[in-house]
Amino acid sequence: MADDRPAQGPRFRWPVEWLGILPFAVFAVLFLILPTMKIVVGAFQTPEGGFTFQNIIELNTDSIRSAYWTSIKLSFVTALLGCAVGFAMAAAVVFGGLPKGIRSPLLTFSGVASNFAGVPLAFAFIATLGPVGLVTVWLRTEFGINLRAMGFNLLSFWGLVITYLFFQIPLMILIITPALDGLKREWREAAAVLGATGVQYWRMVALPILFPSILGTFALLFANAFGAVATAFALTGPQLNIVPIKLFAQIRGDVLGNPNLGYALAFGMIVITAAANFLYIWLRVRSERWLK
Amino acid sequence: MMRLVAWGTLVLGCLYFLLPLLGMTEFSLKMRRGEYSLDAYRVVFADPRFWETFGYSLALSAATIVVGVVLVVPTAYWVRLRLPQARPFVEFVTLLPLVIPAIVIVFGYIRLYNTSSFLPLTGSAFGTDILLTMGYATLALPYMYRSVDTGLRTIDVGVLTEAAQSLGAGWFTILARIILPNVMVAVLSGAFLTLAIVMGEFTMAALLNRPAFGPYMQLLGANRAYEPPALAVIAFAITWGCMGLMQLVTRFAKHERAKA
Amino acid sequence: MSFLNLSHLEKSFGANRVVKDFNLAVEKGEFISLLGPSGCGKTTVLRMVAGFEVPTSGGIVIDGQDVTGLKANQRNIGMMFQAYALFPNLTVAENVAFGLKVKGVAKDRRDARVAEMLRLIGLPEMGGRYPFQLSGGQQQRVALARALAPSPRVLLLDEPLSALDAKVRVSLRNEIREIQRELGITTIFVTHDQEEALSMSDRVVVMNGGIAEQVGAPFEVYNRPATRFVATFVGTLNIFDGKVTGPETAEVAGVPVRLAEPVAVAQGARLSLALRPEAVHLGRKEGAEVVLPAVIQGVEFLGSIIRVRAEVAGSVVALDTFNRSDAPPPAIGTQAEVSLSGRDLIVLQD
Ligand SMILES: Nc1ncnc2c1ncn2[C@@H]1O[C@H](COP(=O)(O)OP(=O)(O)OP(=O)(O)O)[C@@H](O)[C@H]1O
Ligand SMILES: [Mg+2]
Repeated sequence: MADDRPAQGPRFRWPVEWLGILPFAVFAVLFLILPTMKIVVGAFQTPEGGFTFQNIIELNTDSIRSAYWTSIKLSFVTALLGCAVGFAMAAAVVFGGLPKGIRSPLLTFSGVASNFAGVPLAFAFIATLGPVGLVTVWLRTEFGINLRAMGFNLLSFWGLVITYLFFQIPLMILIITPALDGLKREWREAAAVLGATGVQYWRMVALPILFPSILGTFALLFANAFGAVATAFALTGPQLNIVPIKLFAQIRGDVLGNPNLGYALAFGMIVITAAANFLYIWLRVRSERWLK
Repeated sequence: MMRLVAWGTLVLGCLYFLLPLLGMTEFSLKMRRGEYSLDAYRVVFADPRFWETFGYSLALSAATIVVGVVLVVPTAYWVRLRLPQARPFVEFVTLLPLVIPAIVIVFGYIRLYNTSSFLPLTGSAFGTDILLTMGYATLALPYMYRSVDTGLRTIDVGVLTEAAQSLGAGWFTILARIILPNVMVAVLSGAFLTLAIVMGEFTMAALLNRPAFGPYMQLLGANRAYEPPALAVIAFAITWGCMGLMQLVTRFAKHERAKA
Repeated sequence: MSFLNLSHLEKSFGANRVVKDFNLAVEKGEFISLLGPSGCGKTTVLRMVAGFEVPTSGGIVIDGQDVTGLKANQRNIGMMFQAYALFPNLTVAENVAFGLKVKGVAKDRRDARVAEMLRLIGLPEMGGRYPFQLSGGQQQRVALARALAPSPRVLLLDEPLSALDAKVRVSLRNEIREIQRELGITTIFVTHDQEEALSMSDRVVVMNGGIAEQVGAPFEVYNRPATRFVATFVGTLNIFDGKVTGPETAEVAGVPVRLAEPVAVAQGARLSLALRPEAVHLGRKEGAEVVLPAVIQGVEFLGSIIRVRAEVAGSVVALDTFNRSDAPPPAIGTQAEVSLSGRDLIVLQD
């Protein structure tokens, strides 16, 4: 109809096409955007609804600061180790001259392991590295090595790191293997024939090309560990001082004694994972000038 | 030399992954003193709570998959067909659940949909189930969307649609009879992944106080010794089964395509 | 001793012998082409010279130095690949400088060399671009500059033109040859395009099934093919059945002809005699030994050349004539005569 009167100049046209994604938009608003906004807004509100910075300021206590710090450290370390080990394993399979048959089982297993997170994962590690776990007992009876006496505790920071790596490493393998496949044989050979050593090739060509993928995976692993509740909760119960556990306890029973402080705590989590991702996007843009 | 390093890396890595699996399996068999037995499994399977929570999570998985498919397939299809300019926005939204922790999202739910709100979902058990389903659909959104969108890329959406329209098909028919069957593999992949995620999920169910499998496992873990590793073995088997089925449909589809 | 010597090179992948007793001596500054059908082992030979494949047996000597056991990065060789071998994360200038940088050449000397190389390939302004911002032909030119920048002893090219479209291919091959002459660099060029091989090379190696069937100047390979394979693979051939009537004489379609060279075949034996399309003349040519009636079957106008297919003595023969504006090509179905001479006949021995 509108086409019948073209002489009238530009008029407002209802964007009918956009109606097609209306259900999706409604879903996203109701179950993703609004809940998040609720947290963000709540972080700056008094219980009566007025605007305040008080909640944010109150985050600055020893206990909450140390919870954030531990969480950031935990996420950073597991993301870093996950990337490094996952990269090494993927590189071993793609470039190490191993039999072709290894690749597909490894990828399938990575798919399984990256989803084997949460409560059962904690059980598996308790049964292995816990006080009476398989490896603990075996080391003690066969070699006289007492892990506990050496200061190792599954319920500690490093215990958590070891446990988290079980889903972090496979995630890295899953994402980086296709990227490694994308490295052309000609690049390595061209570098070699120009006189470059293997190390020089990796430093000057391969790693810069892979950098965006590695960085993206790092950000993903970071957020993955930062938000993980179930594994830590099943492993150590509610007393471990990391942010998601603290928030869990706060939601359940207002342990902080201030409902709006919970908003601030959650808001802090969003800020940190968002910051990690913005950092990633920024670095990626900088490192990808050579891509369209 | 290089091959040696590669083998070393791989063997060490595999050791790290196999030991916990071995550990939980061995531990789960040790309930009876002095000998291996399946007692722990017997106890678990005899527990009516196990079956209740398992069934509950299974039902919720099914609901989540339905919601996910109904939400994602038409949206991805529409974005490809008519709204390429909406792609950045839609993709951004589908990636958000990877950035915003699940615990934050569910916290928002609890505060937003409480009994005194405009949509008092948490007021009833059924309402909470709906909320939990939506939460799971949110968690699965990144995987479901990616999978379906990749599937759509391999077919020519425009041509299929025009062909169907020229035969007089309406939008519902096109989606249900033309598009859906063509991306069935992608949908099934996404569905099995959703199943794996939902069956083990703990945080959302626990905070919404629903009797799901995740919180049940956690509760058992806090109170028992031998049943938890048995549960872990079962959970691992479920995850493995989901991933195996996912691979199976993909391979099956490749095979079919090769024949065609 | 030649500059580059390949002696008794063998390469097997498992039970599959891909290169068999390959011998080649290349003089300094020579341009050699390896020509052969797909899968005949051209790339494998080149990769052994580059150091990417270890020969099963045999040796490679460059400028008096046995390099058989050296790694690729110790051989000081330049190589150009089929396509997509530029490092995508480096600019054109950085790509060209790569070989110098890994050798530790100082920055100012590096920059000077890069500028020189970019001028050589005619892209002096493009140093700051990334590979994706270049056309295919430009990318390959940069790849050439990158290979040449460290002044390699030998330049290897593995079908560097095959991913380009026809026009660019011809202009770039002339450019490559010019640069090669200018620098006087010893070059091995792999191709399965015979026109490329014949037009560019000082000598051509025709390979088949891992064996070098003939090594020779293009003129020689084309006009005096050593084996039946070479004769049929290089250029178009018309094949006639013939009968040997004497040490240097034979019969074609019942007409006696004198051969260019004596044949070592018993009298009365049958053999195949081949003729290039340009050795068959349309019409009665002065001094021709054989004149046969023909029926025109097809005419292909190729520009300066017109290729005619005619039925002669029961078989179809291709012949080339030059285009002349005053003589239109014959019509299909018309009667004609073709003439040929015994000295142009190539004897094919099996
Ligand atoms: N790494 C390898 N492993 C096993 N077989 C190989 C390998 N590389 C090459 N071959 C085999 O060796 C033979 C020769 O290969 P090559 O690449 O040298 O051929 P080519 O003459 O370069 O052919 P094209 O013109 O198609 O490039 C082929 O049959 C190929 O299948
Ligand atoms: Mg080749």
